Amino acid sequence: MMSFAPRVFLLAAASLALALPAQAAAKIERVVSPGGIEAWLVSDSSVPLIAINFAFRGGTNQDPAEKPGAAYMAAAMMDEGAGDLDAKAFQGRLERNAVEMSFSAQRDQMRGSLKVLRDRKDEGFDLLRLALTSPRFDQDAMERVRAQMLSALRRETTNPSDIGSRLWWRTAFPEHPYGRPTNGTLESVPLLTRDDLRDYTRRVFARDRLKIAVVGDIDAKTLGPVLDRIFGALPTKAELQPVPSAKMDAVGKRLFVPLDVPQAVVNFGGIGIPRKDPDFIPAYIVNHILGGGSFSSRLYREVREKRGLAYSVYSYLLPLDVTALFMGGTQTRADKADETVGLIESEIRRLAESGPSDEELEKSKSYLKGSYALNFDTSTKIASLLVQIQLDDLGIDYIDRRNGLIEAVTLADVKRVAKRLLDGGILVTVVGRPQQDKAAKQGG
Amino acid sequence: MPLPVRMTCLYRNCDFLAAAAVPHEISDMNKLNRMIAAGVVAGVAAVLAMPPAQAAPEVSHFKLANGLEVVVIPDRRAPVVTHMMWYKVGAADEPPGKSGIAHFLEHLMFKGTAKNPSGRFSQVVATIGGQENAFTSSDYTGYYQRVTKDKLKEMMEFEADRMTGLVLTDEVVLPERNVVLEEQNSRVANNPGAKLGEEVQAALYLNHPYGRPIIGWRPEIEKLNRADALAFYKQYYTPNNAVLVIAGDVGVDEVKKLAEETYGKVPRVAEVPERVRPQEPEQRAVRTVTLADPRVAQPNLQRSYLVPSSTTAKPGQSEALEILAQILGGGNNSRMYRKLVVENPVAISVGAWYQGMALDDTRFGVYGTPQQNVTLQQLDAAIDQVLADVAANGVTDDELETARTKLIADVVYAQDSQATLARWYGSALTSGATVEEVTTWPDRVAKVTADDVRNAARTWLDKKRSVTGFLVKETTPQEKRS
Repeated sequence: MMSFAPRVFLLAAASLALALPAQAAAKIERVVSPGGIEAWLVSDSSVPLIAINFAFRGGTNQDPAEKPGAAYMAAAMMDEGAGDLDAKAFQGRLERNAVEMSFSAQRDQMRGSLKVLRDRKDEGFDLLRLALTSPRFDQDAMERVRAQMLSALRRETTNPSDIGSRLWWRTAFPEHPYGRPTNGTLESVPLLTRDDLRDYTRRVFARDRLKIAVVGDIDAKTLGPVLDRIFGALPTKAELQPVPSAKMDAVGKRLFVPLDVPQAVVNFGGIGIPRKDPDFIPAYIVNHILGGGSFSSRLYREVREKRGLAYSVYSYLLPLDVTALFMGGTQTRADKADETVGLIESEIRRLAESGPSDEELEKSKSYLKGSYALNFDTSTKIASLLVQIQLDDLGIDYIDRRNGLIEAVTLADVKRVAKRLLDGGILVTVVGRPQQDKAAKQGG
Repeated sequence: MPLPVRMTCLYRNCDFLAAAAVPHEISDMNKLNRMIAAGVVAGVAAVLAMPPAQAAPEVSHFKLANGLEVVVIPDRRAPVVTHMMWYKVGAADEPPGKSGIAHFLEHLMFKGTAKNPSGRFSQVVATIGGQENAFTSSDYTGYYQRVTKDKLKEMMEFEADRMTGLVLTDEVVLPERNVVLEEQNSRVANNPGAKLGEEVQAALYLNHPYGRPIIGWRPEIEKLNRADALAFYKQYYTPNNAVLVIAGDVGVDEVKKLAEETYGKVPRVAEVPERVRPQEPEQRAVRTVTLADPRVAQPNLQRSYLVPSSTTAKPGQSEALEILAQILGGGNNSRMYRKLVVENPVAISVGAWYQGMALDDTRFGVYGTPQQNVTLQQLDAAIDQVLADVAANGVTDDELETARTKLIADVVYAQDSQATLARWYGSALTSGATVEEVTTWPDRVAKVTADDVRNAARTWLDKKRSVTGFLVKETTPQEKRS
């Protein structure tokens, strides 16, 4: 095991081979800065760039109830000026040095990433430090970003995917932050002030809720002081609003929104399985069999391949901090929406009742084990994965253990978990033209 | 050869929805797929720049006796390979009345052969945990798998088999046609901005088949059949019309040996005529099109100019257009953004793009979303002023340097992703470029001068060579019949 030694300069950890086929040579090192900031590092000099990915716990779930969109707007403002640099000067520096910096507000955390050329790394590190520690939130930049957010929100009002997704979340979590749109509403965005953004970054951008991963042309010894330089001036402790645990509502309901578009958009979801639950990995396999990636899931076969009802049909697990979901969707011809939803429901029921076959289990395990390595094909993807593993608290050896966890799953496991995951019912939203019989009932 | 960052492709499954029509909108499928990938994790593709000479991989290029071109791009970081087969045929090669057949055939290529019936190829890829997909553009059609390197030969055997061995029955063709019609609904029919994009492109090309949507016109897609697909297949799918690109942990000697053992055995089944498409006459009229749809909650405009591609341009012209697009509309410090969003805020967002990789004359685009109290006509005029200013007064050294840095950085960042590199070479070689032109692209970009950029604006941003599309809300209430 690795010993984690805070405040000791660097290299607390023995290196761990990424046992993936795809980074066989690479090692994950745990680096602790002189100031006690931890990062996971894959040092690799074959391409002269450095990718940093990080996350602060506390995302849009920290938005004030009457002001959804605050964290989202803060993320959008992070490259609009910091320290002595206004938006123009800040972006000029980013561009002249080909620094790519981005922030993204998610439900449970703020994610950020930086990509720099090795030869321009100091510029990149300084700009990231400035953005994190002294964002300006200038009024003129805020008004520009606000106009962009409102424009996107106006567009969403007639987009069937957005209408469906918003309705789904609002119905599933009526009283909870998860039920509010992460990018705000036409009512809330005009209300957001500089103080709201400041309040968010002040409470959330803190060292105790920070996870960092670095991949690329930098070694552990160099990285230690860099971590202090970028993140060292942040407050020690975050002041997060506690987020109450959430249980999904309205399971078993089907909601319809009329919209005059040729193709109906279907969203569905039910209660999932938490990331830390021992059943998560079996559930991951069950989902793969039902509607996961690759061109071989049951939904893909039944809905697309055999019947040509849709171009896209999928399901996925969405474990969040205070709830867990199982989600999916498709888009289908207006006159086939009911048939398609019925087919999806019957496939979910069939898998819940009879479970996967032995052959399906073996093929899925084989796919999931083999494909894991292919997720690691760019520095940014590796860094992002290493942050996620830290957020999920899976341990620095997780990548090594992961395929063993998949392998250990038995047919009895997936049968039991299929029932647990899929037997609870789903909430379905459909946005599109009413079908004939419905239209007739409505007198249309 | 510009990086194909804005490939206009249609994928068999949405692994990304390319900018068919509205380059500034992000597709929902991207978001979704990230979440799907996420029980595991998210991530976007690669980036950055270094001096051109540095670290560029040693790319090999050779031809088999049957005419198949092979490109090998070494990437030894991980024991993984990207195996891509590119055919020099796309939507612009379709016979009249059969629009969409190139893309439909791409879907049907997964239906099996006599040797490997009913999706066995995909099942094997899935079982070994590989990734696969396919894509179609106006100029090329491609298929790829990403697998661990020990599976490379198996992929080559499967791909060689379906180069000439496809078997189709109505039982699989007809449901797949419905899948494609739903794809058309998702990409276009449900999306007013995408519908406008099709109209602008159709109006821009008076004579050249680039005016047709890659996915096809719906009434023609509805009639495509098994015989159409097989006829197109037999005409174009032959080793002498294909480029194999392999990027990853494999050497050129090994690829040569494996390629001879697999693809080398596929006979030439067709002689492919030179790709001569009907060309554009002189364009003489400033054109506008307006698409009104009751669902337009946010009006916007998009304009396309007919301009030379990297293949049709004189030396340096395409590189100058690439820099011009970057200076005009790349990011929040671009000319258009500073003038129209920041200084005199008539727009909420603006941008510019250039689709450099194409066999024939291509498109340069600008777009914008007006502030709420600004009309599309006012925004249109304001954009004209910015473009006219660049044409008259040129660009600054600082702007030039920043744009060059960005484009060259993109090449370095691309080296972080073998799939991106493979796509870059594959799209170039099927769009009329050579390997050498790809590898020297950063050097040519570095040589573009401020005069070149001003001249590009003067010569090519001529409104008579353009179509401007307005997306507006339909106000007349439509009778609803369903």
